[in-house]
Amino acid sequence: MAKVTIDGHTIEVPDGTTILQAARMLVDKNPEVDAKIAPPTMCYYSKLKTSGGYCRTCIVKVTKGSEKDPRPMPKPVASCRTNVMDGMEVVNITSPELLEARKGVVEFLLINHPLDCPICDQAGECHLQDLGYEHGLAKTRYDFSRRTFAQIDIGPYIKLHMTRCIMCFRCIKVADQITNNRFQGMLFRGDASEISTYIEKAIDNDFSGNVIDVCPVGALTDRTWRFKSRVWFTKPMDAHRNCTKCSGKVAIWMKGNEVLRVTSRKDQWGEAIDWICNDCRFEKKDAKDWVIEKPSHISRHSVISQNHYENLAQLKLDIGKQQKQIASKK
Amino acid sequence: MGKKLLIHNDKVPGIATLEVYRQHGGYASVEKALKTMTPPEVLEEVKKSGLRGRGGAGFPTGMKWSFLARPEGVERYLVCNADESEPGTFKDRYLMEVIPHLLIEGMITSSYALGAKTSYIYIRGEYFYVARILEKALDEAYAAGLLGKNILGSDFSHDCYVQVGGGAYICGEETALLESLEGKRGNPRIKPPFPAIAGVWGCPTVVNNVETIATVCPIIMMGGDEYAKIGIGRSTGTKLISASGHINKPGVYEIELGLPVEEFIYSEEYCGGIINGRKLKAVVAGGSSVPILPAELILKNDKGEPRLMSYESLSEGGFATGTMLGSGGFIVYDETTSIVKNLYTFARFYHHESCGQCSPCREGTGWMEKILHRIVEGHGKPSDIDLLWDIQRKIEGNTICPLGDAAAWPVASAIRHFRAEFEEYINHPEKIKDVKHYYSVHQLAGA
Ligand SMILES: Cc1cc2nc3c(=O)[nH]c(=O)nc-3n(C[C@H](O)[C@H](O)[C@H](O)COP(=O)(O)O)c2cc1C
Ligand code: SF4
Ligand code: SF4
Ligand code: FES
Repeated sequence: MAKVTIDGHTIEVPDGTTILQAARMLVDKNPEVDAKIAPPTMCYYSKLKTSGGYCRTCIVKVTKGSEKDPRPMPKPVASCRTNVMDGMEVVNITSPELLEARKGVVEFLLINHPLDCPICDQAGECHLQDLGYEHGLAKTRYDFSRRTFAQIDIGPYIKLHMTRCIMCFRCIKVADQITNNRFQGMLFRGDASEISTYIEKAIDNDFSGNVIDVCPVGALTDRTWRFKSRVWFTKPMDAHRNCTKCSGKVAIWMKGNEVLRVTSRKDQWGEAIDWICNDCRFEKKDAKDWVIEKPSHISRHSVISQNHYENLAQLKLDIGKQQKQIASKK
Repeated sequence: MGKKLLIHNDKVPGIATLEVYRQHGGYASVEKALKTMTPPEVLEEVKKSGLRGRGGAGFPTGMKWSFLARPEGVERYLVCNADESEPGTFKDRYLMEVIPHLLIEGMITSSYALGAKTSYIYIRGEYFYVARILEKALDEAYAAGLLGKNILGSDFSHDCYVQVGGGAYICGEETALLESLEGKRGNPRIKPPFPAIAGVWGCPTVVNNVETIATVCPIIMMGGDEYAKIGIGRSTGTKLISASGHINKPGVYEIELGLPVEEFIYSEEYCGGIINGRKLKAVVAGGSSVPILPAELILKNDKGEPRLMSYESLSEGGFATGTMLGSGGFIVYDETTSIVKNLYTFARFYHHESCGQCSPCREGTGWMEKILHRIVEGHGKPSDIDLLWDIQRKIEGNTICPLGDAAAWPVASAIRHFRAEFEEYINHPEKIKDVKHYYSVHQLAGA
């Protein structure tokens, strides 16, 4: 076991736990602890091996290495790929310097992102949106043209909108680890890299749809649901059916009695609880296909649970304030 | 004449052949090690020598070797990093092209110390012709019983292979190199685990630079203690320097560490002074990644003492007034140089070579290039200098591999030492089309 202190909160965790997991455990076990001490993650996914380390949003500062070797680590470390040591001390939201560095990472993730949220299906459940909202600047400092790609249909179910991709590698790891045939990977280098399938070969596999769930942005979307509705006008319900391929435990997103889409259920960190098969996801769009259990748990902070913009007045005020700020800067 | 241990025979006709190489004492370290020393004894000599890695980071080689995991029944590997892609660095090419057997000798002796049955020389794709030279030398060594089964009748067997890369700078980063060697996309691995625990094929691996491995030969022949007497302080031995830029005699020089920078630039034995008698403006001392220093700071440190060609002396003053020995890519700029344009060239390189795995480097390198391009073209904005500063600051230290730092440092140092030149470009775009302008710019900054 190793004792680790994160932003002043101490927890004992098994050896081999990462700083990120320790922070999540802290939050899970102590309702009074600010959930924000668990660093934001854009590429790490606990259910995917070797995920994490790429996006750098989860960086933290290690101010004390361990009881044995108390030296601080010279650079920020990716909390999702750094294991705790006994006696380690870590700062996240209590370090202005670290928050500044994270702000830099968020800015990097955004400079080539199209910010086309108004026409993006992911809007409302996009991790980049949340991240930008919490850490981003109101106005971009990037004044060059952004990189763009043509949209690609990866088979009948999945749309790849590479322009929105943040290169988190999650979809590649799903294709590698969940499906039994990987035809997909990363092509080219640097900021010209792109996710691609082998000569646009369809990802033809029972579990390929899970790439949609792991994609933190709107780069991989469900073609059977595209443009049907904004997500916050739908109601997610936990539901299940007898499925021979997967657990059949899903969330169905309903508008009235209509099932607009089916996804995996998500835990509080936004990760799929069970991988689901393409039959459940794409082919069962009739309410009669499903046994509905209860409304899905959605984080209070999410726009989806706001559902009908209860705080519309405050929102209007905020937007007005922002617009004034921007105007005065011009 | 300074001491030479590596390329003293470089002008001997036929030195690339096994026959001539052996006539000049070649493969003596293999004989000595295999016939009279145990592997730990070889390692001990390397430790005593104080040899530090010649690939850029300067990590003590003996220590790196002793970190190599040695679990029972698991293969260990030695990998030679011959990717040499750092702009301004071309010493490994010279060594391999002219005296290929020196590297192979070093590979055998080092592998013996490490207990590696197999080693690889990973060479950049653009050095294809050099790979041919190495392969020919390997064939000769096999035929002479210096490689293969029971080398020189001992019970040590070893195979060495040359693997040509695709020509990517990032494949010089040791873990990207290993990925590429395994036939995968050359992306740096996320560490830990380090190669000493899990390197090529998941087995314990030592990755060393060409020059590092070659230097093992003289160390074994003269003994670690003797070697440690050469050089200065913790910078022991000799170092190959690739000298380029506005000097009279560009080329590869072997220097004894501790040589004054001034002597290196101006003496006839080395660079022979600045071309056309012009004034020295700046130096990049260790390959494009290390901070650029203006003439006053490269010749003397901030305390006014002469700067020496050594790991310690060059980094004296930290990044505020110092730099690094790096890979020994010594680029000299005279007074006609535009530091801004030079930086733009470097920035283009790092943007092009970023592997794209981590956000700060993938996005930041391209952003910096675009801003510098705009400045060089006369469309810079006054806020661009601070923006560049902020971008490099947010890349540095926040990436998976040191390429991010390597892209940030040149930008930081150019702004730190030559800010006036950037301002001149931005405030007087009308001058940029004017060739004479570059003169006025450098005089302004040099004053
Ligand atoms: C982007 C990048 C490129 C590198 N290129 C080279 C190279 O071309 N040759 C080299 O020997 N080391 C290179 N290195 C350093 C290697 O990662 C590694 O430290 C070195 O090969 C270790 O050998 P040494 O201890 O003998 O110096 C590079 C590092 C980085 C981050
Ligand atoms: S498509 Fe989505 S999941 Fe795949 S790398 Fe891009 S952002 Fe990540
Ligand atoms: S720092 Fe650059 S080159 Fe290194 S892993 Fe990150 S993106 Fe790739
Ligand atoms: S979540 Fe840790 S680096 Fe992306």
